[in-house]
Amino acid sequence: MAKDPKVLDEVTILFAGDSGDGIQLTGNQFSDNTALYGNDLSTFPDFPAEIRAPLGTVEGVSGFQIHFGTREIFSPGDKCDVLVAMNAAAFKKNFRRLKPRGTIIVNTSGFDKRNLKLAHYPEDAEPLEGLEGYQLTKMDVTKLTREALKDIKLGTKEKDRCKNMFVLGYVYWMYNRTLESTIDFLTSKFKNKTDILEANVASLKAGFHFGDTLETFRSRYEVRPAAMPPGEYRNVMGNQATVLGLVAAAEKSNLPLFYGSYPITPASDILHQLSSYRDFGVKTFQAEDEIAAIGAAIGASFGGHLAVTASSGPGIALKGEAIGLALMLELPLVIVNVQRGGPSTGLPTKTEQADLFQAMYGRNGEAPVPVVAAHSPTDCFDAVFQATKLAIEHMTPVFFLSDGYIANGAEPWRFPKSDELEKISPRFADLPAKENETFLPYERDENGVRPWSIPGMKGLEHRVGGLEKEDGSGNVSYDPDNHEKMVKLRQEKVDKIADFIPEQSLDQGPETGDVLIVGWGSTYGTIKIAVNEMLEEGYSVAHAQIRYLNPFPKNLGEILKSYKKVLVPEINNGQLVKILRAEYLVDAQPLNKIKGVPFEAAEIKNAVLEILKS
Amino acid sequence: MSESNTANKLSPKDFSSDQDVRWCPGCGDYSILKQVQTIMPEIGVPREDIVFISGIGCSSRFPYYMNTFGMHSIHGRATTIASGLKAVRPELSVWIITGDGDSLSIGGNHLIHLLRRNFNVNILLFNNQIYGLTKGQYSPTSEQGKRTKSTPHGSLDHPFNPLALCMGADATFVSRTMDRDPKQLRSVLMQANQHKGTSLVEIYQNCNVFNDGTFARFTDKRTKEESTIFIEDGKPLIFDQGKRGIVLDGFNPKIVDMEGRSADDLWIHDVNDRVKAEILTRFFEDPSDETALPRPFGVFYQEDRPCYEEMLEQQVKEAEDRSSNRNLDQLLRGNRTWWAE
Ligand code: SF4
Repeated sequence: MAKDPKVLDEVTILFAGDSGDGIQLTGNQFSDNTALYGNDLSTFPDFPAEIRAPLGTVEGVSGFQIHFGTREIFSPGDKCDVLVAMNAAAFKKNFRRLKPRGTIIVNTSGFDKRNLKLAHYPEDAEPLEGLEGYQLTKMDVTKLTREALKDIKLGTKEKDRCKNMFVLGYVYWMYNRTLESTIDFLTSKFKNKTDILEANVASLKAGFHFGDTLETFRSRYEVRPAAMPPGEYRNVMGNQATVLGLVAAAEKSNLPLFYGSYPITPASDILHQLSSYRDFGVKTFQAEDEIAAIGAAIGASFGGHLAVTASSGPGIALKGEAIGLALMLELPLVIVNVQRGGPSTGLPTKTEQADLFQAMYGRNGEAPVPVVAAHSPTDCFDAVFQATKLAIEHMTPVFFLSDGYIANGAEPWRFPKSDELEKISPRFADLPAKENETFLPYERDENGVRPWSIPGMKGLEHRVGGLEKEDGSGNVSYDPDNHEKMVKLRQEKVDKIADFIPEQSLDQGPETGDVLIVGWGSTYGTIKIAVNEMLEEGYSVAHAQIRYLNPFPKNLGEILKSYKKVLVPEINNGQLVKILRAEYLVDAQPLNKIKGVPFEAAEIKNAVLEILKS
Repeated sequence: MSESNTANKLSPKDFSSDQDVRWCPGCGDYSILKQVQTIMPEIGVPREDIVFISGIGCSSRFPYYMNTFGMHSIHGRATTIASGLKAVRPELSVWIITGDGDSLSIGGNHLIHLLRRNFNVNILLFNNQIYGLTKGQYSPTSEQGKRTKSTPHGSLDHPFNPLALCMGADATFVSRTMDRDPKQLRSVLMQANQHKGTSLVEIYQNCNVFNDGTFARFTDKRTKEESTIFIEDGKPLIFDQGKRGIVLDGFNPKIVDMEGRSADDLWIHDVNDRVKAEILTRFFEDPSDETALPRPFGVFYQEDRPCYEEMLEQQVKEAEDRSSNRNLDQLLRGNRTWWAE
């Protein structure tokens, strides 16, 4: 008879194996199941840059980390409680991420001589020995899976592809779950391949029952549902939320969406998903290069559509000149940058926040562009929606910054109802009252915003271009005073946006005190955990996460000056910190990590302790 | 957008903007501007539905002089902007104004991709075989050995044959005309406008400041007849005031004397014949060579192929028909949700 499972508050599991082992699918399945079970959660996939890196090597290891709990979860977790390793390489790469006395589940068939060699273990190494103090569960997954599927008519290769389901079944057993969500998923995925469906389900069940057979000496756990704010939830990944935010903004502005893009990691998923929304009138265009992608978007914006282009750092670099054009044309355009490790090709599958300067300053001439950054997977929805609203209502290109960490991470989302979303109001030009009235395409309203007049509007024919414009008429002008005036007007228009964005709020902590931690983007969850803990420990620490990076919220300076010290953690070599210092003359201190991976809460806590001493 | 076909009532003057034209006096661009303005009232499109988009270069100032919607964009990218505009607004009449540097050097990649996608736009490629706006460097169509400011020892680059390049990119309308022959220019422009798909019009344009007379052989009265051939669908390839013609010997074009020969024996131009059009684009020898084949002007090739924007509209329509109950709330909910109490 089953013992009562041990109740835990939160758990972090890291699934790791060859990139061909189906680790991402396993992780996603476990996430869905966890979400449906009612836990709060946060996930982080970590895949190799090569599509099919050599089998069995450390370079080829794919990982998926999930942190779930009864309490609110803010990040995918630093160290893990459970490491599931499908082979020696996966074990070697990730063992250091396991907590002391953690649980290890290994597939012993991935630890044979060949695998040990591929993982570059020394000749006589026995990595699974000497792990006293850890809870080690060994299973020969290959053998067990083949055994479970012996009555199914499939080749060995196909059977071995079901190994991940065996392991998943076992982990479901461990956490006292049911198999339904995954069986449903498999049923719809393999609806036309009954034998493969049967094999996967059999393997999943075998893994689950294998738990029962081990039961006498293995514990089961339960992480009870979290007390989440009431409402209906779904799981969402950052890139998905970005897509939904864009489609929502298109609906709320009543503008059809055009998306011009060129494939690049980690932004391509946005293109994939948007291209399946033709039924929402979404037109996606896979261009010949990054420049053509933004060029087409500018053309669509000129034509009166909601135009979006997305890329990652290197692609954004290519778009630079065209962003300048959009700014001169004063047309709405959303530029999504899913940041990755740079410079140059850098670390395509790793995360970094090093394109803030690029977004702020990466163009020729005086070229201010508003910048909005998302701080979590679900926040991508709200942030990109707001970025789009600013672009449309203020007739300007706007940068929306996400990064690899939140783009691929997932968490539960209490999705909004469409009628709760704000309306977005395009500033279309009025048709001229009189036949021969001259239309002034660059006549601004009180917010410095020019009217959007699009082909087809009779009487509003006009010419725009990248050459400096005469104020009002938009005609080409080389007049020195006019140029200075126009540079200032374009700057003022962006500065004015500060009147339309919310004031900066504190995430938590006292309104004045010893240390303010200022973050932006994906560092949010980790900073929150660190600050949470330090507040409990009695420190005077507060946290502000900045979404609107250009222009800054009007009260930001005041907040910065309400603390003795300001610490700015960033996954870069110090960018926001320099802007804050320049803008507000505060002695903000940097905390930088440039390893392609997120901060751990402990690193932030240590930095705060350090700064408190100084 | 607008329903009434007011274009009929307009005159060429209505298509001229209030901006002073700023090309050098004597520049071939003037003639092209004039002919474009002349045909505008005849194309049957309301003025507000016409858009001129250019890149950078002398010719790219063109949109400022047209009283239509227009955009003077960035170097080489007019093609990309036109693609996006056409993708979302298929009903517009979109004209791309570009030069040899703009479309064949910095924008070369975009040009070939536009051609293969076959958006229904017209490209007017002003070829003057020089960089004019930057004051006289050789261009990708300059003849090899050309001495310019950037090539005092003569250029080393083998030049592009623009029309052969466009044929290679599966263009559906390929043509050539010149600034100095307004009638022929107008006729080609009209045909380009009528073609559904990307219409490529190469226009030999004299830059009288930096490359004066580079096409003189084709435009001067004294040499024009012997060095050019005007091709028309269904008509024999005949030139030099009817004195000479072209026959095809296998795949080899040959000049023949017309004395004692019927025009029926000549190569009869067929705009739908891809292979022959490709041969025609190879009539590209150095015109100063006495034995050179005459340079063809007119429509080389035309093909009906679905346009990108049409197919895109079709996909959207089909998707919308399939899921009649699409709504944002469903999309936001996704496939699997749960409730927290
Ligand atoms: S430089 Fe040449 S092409 Fe340019 S405007 Fe002058 S004559 Fe015309």
